[in-house]
Amino acid sequence: MITQWFFSHGDRRSLIVIAILLAIACLVPLLNLLVPDTSPLHVPTYLVSLLGKYLTYAMLAVALDLVWGFCGILSLGHGAFFALGGYAMGMYLMRQIGPRGVYADPVLPDFMVFLNWKELPWFWHGFDHFWFAALMVVLVPGALAFGFGWLAFRSRVTGVYLSIITQALTYALLLAFFRNDMGFGGNNGLTDFKDILGFNVQAGTTRSALFAATALFLALAVFVSSFIIRSKLGKVLVGVRDAESRMRFLGYRVDRYKLFVWTISAMMAGIAGALYVPQVGIINPSEFEPANSIEAVIWVAVGGRGTIVGPIIGAVLVNFGKTYFTAAFPEIWLFALGALFILVTLFLPKGILGLYGSWKTRQANRAAREDDEILPPVVKQNGTLMPTPEPQAAE
Amino acid sequence: MSLSRFLSIIAMLGLCLFPAIAGAQVLDDAKLKPLVEALAGDNFDNTSKAVSELAKSGAPRAAAILNALSAGDLYVSKTDKSVFIGAREGSDYAATDPLTGAKLAPVPRSAAEKIKVNNRLRRDIGAAIGGLTLMSTNATERRTAAEAILKNRDPETIPLLDQAITAEKDAGIKVLMQRAKAAAVLNSTAVDDVKIAAIAEIKSGNGREALGLLTPLANVQGPVGEAASAAISSINSELELWNGIQNIVYGLSLGSVLLLAAIGLAITFGVMGVINMAHGEMVMIGAYTTFVVQQLIRTSMPGLAEYSLLIALPAAFLVSGAIGVIIERGIIRFLYGRPLETLLATWGISLVLQQATRSWFGASNVQVSSPSWMSGSFDVGMLTLTWSRLWIIVFALSVFAVLQLVLKKTMLGLRMRAVTQNRRMASSMGIRTPWVDALTFGLGSGIAGIAGVALSQIDNVSPNLGQGYIIDSFMVVVFGGVGNLWGTLVGAMSLGIANKFLEPFAGAVLGKILVLVLIILFIQKRPRGLFALKGRAIEA
Repeated sequence: MITQWFFSHGDRRSLIVIAILLAIACLVPLLNLLVPDTSPLHVPTYLVSLLGKYLTYAMLAVALDLVWGFCGILSLGHGAFFALGGYAMGMYLMRQIGPRGVYADPVLPDFMVFLNWKELPWFWHGFDHFWFAALMVVLVPGALAFGFGWLAFRSRVTGVYLSIITQALTYALLLAFFRNDMGFGGNNGLTDFKDILGFNVQAGTTRSALFAATALFLALAVFVSSFIIRSKLGKVLVGVRDAESRMRFLGYRVDRYKLFVWTISAMMAGIAGALYVPQVGIINPSEFEPANSIEAVIWVAVGGRGTIVGPIIGAVLVNFGKTYFTAAFPEIWLFALGALFILVTLFLPKGILGLYGSWKTRQANRAAREDDEILPPVVKQNGTLMPTPEPQAAE
Repeated sequence: MSLSRFLSIIAMLGLCLFPAIAGAQVLDDAKLKPLVEALAGDNFDNTSKAVSELAKSGAPRAAAILNALSAGDLYVSKTDKSVFIGAREGSDYAATDPLTGAKLAPVPRSAAEKIKVNNRLRRDIGAAIGGLTLMSTNATERRTAAEAILKNRDPETIPLLDQAITAEKDAGIKVLMQRAKAAAVLNSTAVDDVKIAAIAEIKSGNGREALGLLTPLANVQGPVGEAASAAISSINSELELWNGIQNIVYGLSLGSVLLLAAIGLAITFGVMGVINMAHGEMVMIGAYTTFVVQQLIRTSMPGLAEYSLLIALPAAFLVSGAIGVIIERGIIRFLYGRPLETLLATWGISLVLQQATRSWFGASNVQVSSPSWMSGSFDVGMLTLTWSRLWIIVFALSVFAVLQLVLKKTMLGLRMRAVTQNRRMASSMGIRTPWVDALTFGLGSGIAGIAGVALSQIDNVSPNLGQGYIIDSFMVVVFGGVGNLWGTLVGAMSLGIANKFLEPFAGAVLGKILVLVLIILFIQKRPRGLFALKGRAIEA
């Protein structure tokens, strides 16, 4: 029965993606843990973590696509929600170090001892419990997004204005987290993690488990996104994206729809950040860099915005390219990334999936033409080629 | 520090001057000899007495002798107890007669002993020299002497000062002398009325210095203490006022930097509606153009080095403007009407430009030099301003004025405004709108380049230069109101001043964060900025 409900509420493409993700979640850890090192099928532990990192990025991209691709809100500050989730997880991991730090203080993390702090700041209390940290991973980005969105959407800040103030938001957080007296480790951030839920963070088994968890959560994110998109609410969101004023005149409370999807998206980004931190082993203020958030936008654009699968493909591809280029030709990476931004916006407004879609349309049209030669030439011309014009983001 | 330098200059002047007129001083020399010998007294008190005697004699040679004593160059011979000015020369001292300045036979180092001085003595000597040079014919020397007395407040110098004040012609130095006298009076055993008058005199002077002079008196019982406390509180409130003025001036100068960075953006974003994330890189290119121009001048025409900035201005305008036109023709024109895509594409351009600069010039900072007319500082009341700060303000305002003129008084400006207001109508009237777009974008980019020339003087010129300004610039434009240059001006200045007023309470970083948060909140209240354009065209 559950299966039936599942099928009736997800589109086919999302279900395929979810199935693939579940398969990966089982397969990669198995190949890492059970297949011997010598076998060509063995997945080394570093690769498990790297793939896990890509998947957290993919999750961030899915979250971003939910607001940008389906609701027309271009956020240049989603990295902030990602980083906040990461910090919440980082705080839990810091508290788990306990007396094993360099200064061996049973309560205070090393950087606080170093700064001569005598007791734990109030906002660090509770982070020794995993459930509390997990709650904060969702609540902190969610609350920030809710407050910010409530102010912004209510006063109808849209389009590039909204993009610019989201950028200012993440920039302000960047400056704030760089400060030592904020109590988040300043410039160095949080690192030197030891345990998560009692398991060694460095161990291969823990890494595999984290990878599996990331894949599962990504699958969940895909499911939630596709559920929202396919619901009536999702239709309203697309309506807001394409003609915001018209939706308002039709009687929809546009700001509430936007606020809902914006907050959900921020929570998703927070979870992605929380999964990111134990796998890379550090969280520092540079995660708040506005450049990071814009990079996340290009993952979505490359994959194809307004689709659920596209962001995942984009995030993995672009980050794979980044890993490869920054190692092999560090000089070229920024050129490549810059060119990617320019070329995708100029020539691939619908991303890779859009390309695939228009190729399929072309195929179908060719087939139709061969089937039906008597169509008048005008219709033929209209029916072929050219992807449909990009729906304008609400301005 | 500068005092000791001046003193040594005076000493040198004395040494050069006096041999020439030594003949006329024979009689004085005879009187001076015992005084000089007394300097080598067996304890500091005796030496101190001798110093003041020597100063009272008013002999022209006295200053040089005292300087030598202060510098530890005065020696006494162990054999005949004669005193001489010595300089180490191998195992001997090259000796000079302190009275005539004539060269003497070298004295072996073992046969002479240095006349020791301590800090109290040095202060006395400083005051004595001050008194001696008060009547000098050289204005700088007199000023230095008065400043020296203001520092050590020796009551002994009061008669000398009285003499000097009556003789003084230069008003500035006279005031300084009066203040020095007042300081000395406060340090003396004068009656209360005189002291209260002196407090009034000191109060009129430099605030922080006056505070230093008056604070010790505030705890004294009686009318003097009361007068001092009253003076202190009035000085404090005056200082507060100047503090406010300083915040405003510094805020204006920060605002000018913001204005420079944002004004090009006000054209491309405000007038054309193009989100140019590569704007910061246009600024960066302007700064690098300055660097290249300076390098060219250094290698080929060193004589023009002083004017390198003036030459760099048009160069930077042309380089950044040309790149802007290329970007507009090559990329942005395909994206009109799709602002979010424009944003992403221009971000890509900015990455490419940054990396290109990094590959070309290296990732580290390049050295851009400042012309002499931009270095140094000057005083206004109680605050010290650097010339570069003032020039930035002047420069930003003139760029703003020129831009206003271009927009309001030239054909290009007219066409730009026409295209902004109604593109199709403008096109129907025969205006080639694509050209106007390209030129407008070029103008905005060129202005950014000019800003880069100015910012190269106050910031590190590195490939990341532009990144630091882009968010601030957008904030200024959005805050001021899109499509309105006056809004940009007011926005930049008020953000600059707000930043400087928040800094003392919150610190630089937190102040900046507060400003960002305030802008975010402000935009909620007025989504179209301070000076929003009104009308239907906006919604299009």
